[in-house]
Amino acid sequence: MIWNPQFECQNAVDRQLLQLARLKNLVETLYSRVDFYRRKLDAAGVGPRDLGSLADIAKFPFTVKDDLRDTYPYGLLACTQSEIEEVHMSSGTTGVPVVDAYTRYDVECWEEGMARTLSGAGATRHDTVQNCYGYGLFTGGLGVHYGAKRIGANIIPMSSGNTAKQLMVMRDFGSTILCSTPSYALFMAEEAREAGFDVRSMRLRSGCFGAEPWSENMRKQIEAELGIDAFDIYGLTEITGPGVAFECECKDGMHVNEDLFYPEIIDPESGRPLPDGEKGELVFTTLVKEGTPLLRYRTRDVTIISHGACACGRTTAKIHRLFGRTDDMLIIRGVNVFPSQIEHALIEIEGTDPNYLIVLDRGPAHLDEVELQVEVKKELFTDETRSLETLRDKIESVMKSKLGIQLKIKLVEPKTIERSVGKAKRVVDRRKI
Amino acid sequence: MKIQQISVFLENKTGRLADVTRLIASAGVNIRAISIADTADFGILRLIVDKPAEAAEALTKGGFTTRMTDVLAIEIPDQPGSLAKVMEIFKETGVNIEYLYASLEKDCSTAVVIFKVEDIEHSTKIVEEHGLATIDCF
Repeated sequence: MIWNPQFECQNAVDRQLLQLARLKNLVETLYSRVDFYRRKLDAAGVGPRDLGSLADIAKFPFTVKDDLRDTYPYGLLACTQSEIEEVHMSSGTTGVPVVDAYTRYDVECWEEGMARTLSGAGATRHDTVQNCYGYGLFTGGLGVHYGAKRIGANIIPMSSGNTAKQLMVMRDFGSTILCSTPSYALFMAEEAREAGFDVRSMRLRSGCFGAEPWSENMRKQIEAELGIDAFDIYGLTEITGPGVAFECECKDGMHVNEDLFYPEIIDPESGRPLPDGEKGELVFTTLVKEGTPLLRYRTRDVTIISHGACACGRTTAKIHRLFGRTDDMLIIRGVNVFPSQIEHALIEIEGTDPNYLIVLDRGPAHLDEVELQVEVKKELFTDETRSLETLRDKIESVMKSKLGIQLKIKLVEPKTIERSVGKAKRVVDRRKI
Repeated sequence: MKIQQISVFLENKTGRLADVTRLIASAGVNIRAISIADTADFGILRLIVDKPAEAAEALTKGGFTTRMTDVLAIEIPDQPGSLAKVMEIFKETGVNIEYLYASLEKDCSTAVVIFKVEDIEHSTKIVEEHGLATIDCF
C-alpha cells in the first residue's frame, strides 16, 4: 500500500522542480543561519545563486561525520533552541556523539517517512505493530513508534530485549508487523522454537528490518522461520533515523523518500557523482529539515541507485541493499563501532597495549558476537587468575560504557596478534550475512 | 626458606603446554612440581624446576610471558595428618594461603607441598619458628 501517492508516485519533472526549490531554500537557510556552513560555502566559493539545476549540487562541498562531531552539540543548528522538540544521538561513536535535533515539523516529516516505510511493508491502521527497536536516544525505537502512530496502527512499544516476553506479547496480542534488527528476528525465531511457540501459526505477517547489514539469505531465513514477508529499511541518525528509504512488495531495492532527502552516489575517491547503476558512496542532502539540516552528507555506505518507475507504482529512486562501507565502521547489533574507538579505550586502561583484534561472528543464536582479543603484557601478568580476571572485567566494562555494546574479552599471549607493516589488520569478520 | 616458582601465561590453545614442556626440556631443566590454574579463556601454568633461571630464559625466548614468584616448599611426612598439622599452624598464626599444590615426592617417605601465601616474609618466619622442614631447591 502506498501511503502518500502525491509524493511517492510523482512524475519525474514535478519531483525535480520540487527538489530544486527545496534545495535552493536549504542552501539559503544554511548560509544565513549556520556559521559552519557559511564558512564552508564561502571557502568553496559557492552560494545560493549557484544552484541553477539539480546537477549544480556537485559544485557544493560535502559534509562528513567529523563535521558533526566538531560542532557538537548545537553547532549545526539552523533553528532556535526553543524550537527543538526532540534530540537524538547516534549510538556508539568515537566519543563525541552525533546529534540530530528535530523541530515539530522535522518530527512530522519523520512520522511521514516512517508511515511510508511501514505502509511499504503492508501495514495499515488495522495492524498491530510490535516495535523491538530500542527506545531512547537511538532513532530506531521512536522512529517506528511515530510512523505507526501516524498510520493509526496499534503500537506495542516493547523496545529491545526480553525475548520470552516479546514472544508472549506477539502471541497474546496478535502482533501483525514486527520491527527489529534482522539478527534479533532470527534470534526470536530460535527462542520461539525452544520455548514451543509456533510463530508461523500466529498472526504475524510482515516485518521491517534494518539498523544493521543483512543479506538475501537472511531474508529467506527470516521469512521461512517466522512465516512473514521481510522488508529492508534504511536510515541514519544524521539524516533523520529510519524512514529515509524502504522496500516495497517488489523487494528489489529501497525507495528513497526523495521529496525529503536528495540522494546522490559518488565516487568515494574523487567525490565525482556517479550515474545510475554504478556502485559508489551514498550521499544525502536533507531537503526540508529545520533542526539540523545537512548538505551532501557522506554516509560512507556503498550502494547503487536507480531511477524509474517501480512495479509497485512508486516513482521514487531506489537504492540497492547496502554493499558495505567506505570506512572501517562496523555495525554490531545495530550499534556503530569504529575500531579506533576500541583503541582509544584501551589506551585509557592502565597497562594495556592497544594491540587488539576484533573477531566478529554471528553465532548459532544469530546475534552478532564480538570477541575482543587483547594481549597480556608482562607487567600485567601477576601469577594470579584473579588479577587477570579483574583486568578482563575492567576492559569489558570500559568497552561497554564507551561503545554501548557488550564485547567478549579474551586475553591472549603477548605478540600473538599479527603485526603488520602499515595498516594493521584489526578486524576479522566471520559473519555470514 | 623460599623457593622460586615460574608462572607462565597460557592462552587456551591446543599445543601450548607441549610448547612449554619442549622448551624446558631443550634447556635441560627438570620439572619438580607442576600445576595449572585455568579459567574459561586462559590458564596459568606454575612450575617448580631444578634450574629456574634457565627455564625462565628458555620460556621467555620462546615467546612466553613468565613471572617468578616466591613460594614456600614444605616437606612433610607422607602419612595421614601431616598436611592437617601444617594447616593448623597456619590457621593459628594467620597465614593466608592463596593456593597450594603438591609436588612430586622427594623420596618415598615424604611429600613436598608448595604454598603460595599472602605474606611470604611473615609466613617464612612462622614456618621456621614451628620447625617445619622447607626446601629451597630440588
